[in-house]
Amino acid sequence: MRVPLSWLREYVDLPAGESGRDVADKLVALGLEVETVEQLGADLKGPLVVGRVLEIEELEGFKKPIRFCKVDVGDANGTGEPQEIVCGARNFEVDDKVVVILPGGVLPGPFEIAERKTYGRVSRGMICSARELGMGDDHDGIIVLPIEAQIGADAIELLGLIDEVLDIAVTPDRGYCLSMRGVAREAAIAYGQPLRDPALLDVPDANSYGYPVLVEDAAGCDRFVARTVVGIDPEAPSPLWLQRRVQMGGMRPISLVVDVTNYVMLELGQPLHAYDRARLQGAIVVRRAHEGETLTTLDDAERKLDREDLLICDDRGAIGLAGVMGGASTEIGVGTTDIVIEAAHFDSVSIARTARRHKLGSEASRRFERGVDPEAARAAAQRAVDLLAALGGERAQAEAGVTEVDAPREVVRIVLAADHAARVAGVAYPRETVAQRLQEVGCSVEGIDELTVVPPTWRPDLTDPNDLAEEVIRLEGYEQVPSTLPQVPAGRGLTADQRRRRRIGRALAGAGYVEVLDYPFVGQSAFDDLGLAPDDARRRTVVLVNPISEEEPALRTTLLPGLLGTLRRNLGRGNGDLALFESGVVFLPNASTPRAPQLAVDRRPTDEELAGLTAALPDQPQRVAVVLAGEREHSGWWGKGRPQVWADAIEAARVVADAVGVELTVRQDQYEPWHPGRCAALVAIAADGTERVVGHAGELHPRVLKALHLPERVAAMELDLDLLTADLDGEHLPQAGHISSYPVATQDVALVVDASVPAATVEAALVEGAGVLLESVRLFDVYTGEQVAEGGKSLAYALRFRAPDRTLTVEEATAARDAAVALATERTGAVLRGA
Amino acid sequence: MSAPNKSYDPVEVEALKPEEVERARDAALAAVAAASDLAELQEAKVAHTGDRSPLALANREIGALPPQAKAEAGKRVGQARGAVKKALEQRQVELEAERDARVLVEEAVDVTLPWDRAPRGARHPLTTLSERIEDLFVAMGYEVAEGPQVEAEWYNFDALNILPDHPARTMQDTFFVRAEDGSADSGVVLRTHTSPVQIRTMLTRTPPIYVICPGRVYRTDELDATHTPVFGQIEGLAVDKGLTMGDLKGTLDHFVQAMFGEGIVTRLRPSYFPFTEPSAELDLKCFVCRGASVGDPERPCRTCRSEGWIEWGGCGMVNPRVLIACGIDPEVYSGFAFGVGLERALMFRHNVEDMRDMVEGDVRFTLPFGMEI
Repeated sequence: MRVPLSWLREYVDLPAGESGRDVADKLVALGLEVETVEQLGADLKGPLVVGRVLEIEELEGFKKPIRFCKVDVGDANGTGEPQEIVCGARNFEVDDKVVVILPGGVLPGPFEIAERKTYGRVSRGMICSARELGMGDDHDGIIVLPIEAQIGADAIELLGLIDEVLDIAVTPDRGYCLSMRGVAREAAIAYGQPLRDPALLDVPDANSYGYPVLVEDAAGCDRFVARTVVGIDPEAPSPLWLQRRVQMGGMRPISLVVDVTNYVMLELGQPLHAYDRARLQGAIVVRRAHEGETLTTLDDAERKLDREDLLICDDRGAIGLAGVMGGASTEIGVGTTDIVIEAAHFDSVSIARTARRHKLGSEASRRFERGVDPEAARAAAQRAVDLLAALGGERAQAEAGVTEVDAPREVVRIVLAADHAARVAGVAYPRETVAQRLQEVGCSVEGIDELTVVPPTWRPDLTDPNDLAEEVIRLEGYEQVPSTLPQVPAGRGLTADQRRRRRIGRALAGAGYVEVLDYPFVGQSAFDDLGLAPDDARRRTVVLVNPISEEEPALRTTLLPGLLGTLRRNLGRGNGDLALFESGVVFLPNASTPRAPQLAVDRRPTDEELAGLTAALPDQPQRVAVVLAGEREHSGWWGKGRPQVWADAIEAARVVADAVGVELTVRQDQYEPWHPGRCAALVAIAADGTERVVGHAGELHPRVLKALHLPERVAAMELDLDLLTADLDGEHLPQAGHISSYPVATQDVALVVDASVPAATVEAALVEGAGVLLESVRLFDVYTGEQVAEGGKSLAYALRFRAPDRTLTVEEATAARDAAVALATERTGAVLRGA
Repeated sequence: MSAPNKSYDPVEVEALKPEEVERARDAALAAVAAASDLAELQEAKVAHTGDRSPLALANREIGALPPQAKAEAGKRVGQARGAVKKALEQRQVELEAERDARVLVEEAVDVTLPWDRAPRGARHPLTTLSERIEDLFVAMGYEVAEGPQVEAEWYNFDALNILPDHPARTMQDTFFVRAEDGSADSGVVLRTHTSPVQIRTMLTRTPPIYVICPGRVYRTDELDATHTPVFGQIEGLAVDKGLTMGDLKGTLDHFVQAMFGEGIVTRLRPSYFPFTEPSAELDLKCFVCRGASVGDPERPCRTCRSEGWIEWGGCGMVNPRVLIACGIDPEVYSGFAFGVGLERALMFRHNVEDMRDMVEGDVRFTLPFGMEI
């Protein structure tokens, strides 16, 4: 809502020197969101005066037609002589009254006006267009003033060029502030001044000879006022002040009738519609649309109507979408002289649905959706009739017929404890304060300790005691609310899950990974790039109706597409050596998803009903993933660095598993999008021995890297945290072991096995075979070559033995080593090298 | 080693003769004096004071002497060994000083050589900022509650008093999830705020409830310098007996002081949210200029655009209708709630100029934020 300060002053006596900023501050404190205060004409400087065109000389020989004019500006130029001005516009004639800026004046831009030689003449000033005066972008032609304008008069004042406009973002509960009347009411409270209510008009009683109206749907339309004005001069223009106000209100001046209906809407908040009476046939009927009915609206769009749409009709059918937009067939045209004015009150829900259904928001629907004062209809119709009769030419007059269709409305009564606002705010408001504040917003208040409050008709948002409490608290001032602290009971800190996620983030960052937070939006092409099979489960996605991009309408089922995109973006920006991680949810649709039910809100839903909501939601497990490119250890003056490899991705999985206290086992696997020979399944083994694949790690498939325009050998890991931690019963409590202070006995063994035997299997056998004396085992060399038979590999392990209670003898350590080797041999065919 | 001497004649023991002891001592002192570095000194030490050195051997013979001879021989050998020990210590100090002066200088390196062999990592500042706020409230006794990002409309709207035809339902530009039959009517959305977590909390816990709800939320804004369709929110909820707006204000004041420094307070401006009544916009006093930039064109403040206050979020008293939908009796309990945007906080707290920097994952943006902010 745009509120010109000059207009506001008509209804409230604001202090004389009060600026728009001052008023805005007051209104903001009351809860109106004033977004900007526009300074109209701030850089405009006179002399800007009314002139009469005396002579026009057409100058020849230039690219465009140019006029040399003599303009009578009275004494405004100090000499009384005609002002000589060169002008490029042509929409004026001799004797027209125009707006002239004299040398020394400044037009918005700022654009300083001086005497200057142009087109072979000396031009002393400029004849102005609306655009040049900052009155809007619509008109290129110069302004032709009404003939009664006084020569030499100040045009800044005449046109209202210097003003301040408050632009207010009206919240949905404050529909009444979509009008000057509503904002003025707030301003009056803010300044403690009386309000001159523009809706207080003398309105003749309804009678039986007004334009016939039949409301068939009283639930959709509980009030319909129709008035008729005849004899309007189609040529009669809107006066400048009216145009200016409509324009400052953010609407475009169009014609007298349209401007008047818009003006009254801006003033009183009541949307009006004007029908060309000559184009109406029979009574106006308000009803719901029939199946298959259509209507061409004012914007020339043919609309298929829904049976819920509320319509205005005449004998020939629909002539308007009630409260949203009129129809083309009864539109006011160039020859319209007689009009029927509609001032109606429509159901907000019905209007909201129709506007949404047809994607057709209008100034009218915006107001009806938020609630229009039903009692304003009569006054608004009267105001429009008065203005049209006064401005529509000599023969314009209101007909005596007054139609009013009125359905009874329920009166809202709210019972309110007198100390309720005090208990909500923590401020002791006396009863009188409560009653007075509520009366200021228009409520009627009765009672002593328990108040019975009837809100005013323009405040449909006031329905509950807390609504009234807010009125009292905001008018008294939120700054009165004290700063106190509640007694919060002792809490239990973060949950085990929450702490685990933090540990993982810290551990990965500590290991040199940089966290990213990618958008979860993907398209099927992302899965194509990953080389997923057509029936891969990851292609089943949750899909959005209205995605940001049609290319990416779905939600991720894996973190990899986002991470790889971010990797590529970084590489493209010259960030070479990268280790990125992301921790976040993926969205996995259930096999079958019912619609989420619509549950009541007037009670707690049953657990069964809530389960119905849960069933409609996809699984949203927590994942963590990494990608790596370039060097894992940097090159430098110390020598060469170490490029990242598949093993770094597996190591990242171990970092994650260690952070949560789960032991991971690694298996050779084949899984897209990984390299078929360099892919590890990450396996968690539960206490009962059951195994669960929780994710994958390794080098990505060369084809995938090519498709994604990524460098070779990029490695990646993704694992499911929910699966990884599924066996942890709440807290992971690491247990302290006995630290032996006896010396360690080290024994190295080199075992030759077939190349296909996984090192992990050999190591597992060594560990099991060595028994309790084994403290640690470490693979320190893998060798293939001349000294090992074809198709074999040599694995060299350092075994460390230690006893808790004694120094081990060489014989004891050797026996343990031999037992380890024996089991490795049995399990894997390992042969002790050099034996 | 000699066998025990049965004759008890001290003269018979060659090693204990005064001249012998003297000679051994002098040889030792000469060797110590001749040692030119710490290694040679160590050699001299082993040779002249080690187990096989003449003085050590002589010392061992004393035990075999008759009692009357022991005292004299012991004194003689003891003095000699003491002199050698002293000389050794002295020479050790001298040689170490010499080494320090010469060798360590030769071993000097250029310590300004760069060493960034191991890559640095960092956490995303939105994550650490959220944790920072969570920790603050956890310290006050709150717990951290979480919920799904794809959420039923009932949780995201209805239960929060945002009813199907209310204009507020379209205030938040919502991503709708497609139903199985392809229609838009799945009853499921991408949550537009973390408030559904408040509903879930109220449905599963009994008051007193004090929780903080961080998480990702979604609205259909195109990404630009000041908007992103995916962003982070953190909301607080308290439901207890007798809570007032004063408690809300006090909690927020404590919050902003902990985040932005002593003396920073909040300002509440009346506003509208369907789920709170009364409702307020939440501003905090500019922690950079502390209001000094207002009306002073000479000292403009970039952080608050010389407004003196920074808009951060929304808050209010939980609408009793919301309590009813969660099965909490509003006659017994009242509550307050607040919510702030993480991206916005990162922008004004850390001077991030473009929202896209938080989204694009450029490591140059993230690395300086390290592990905590």
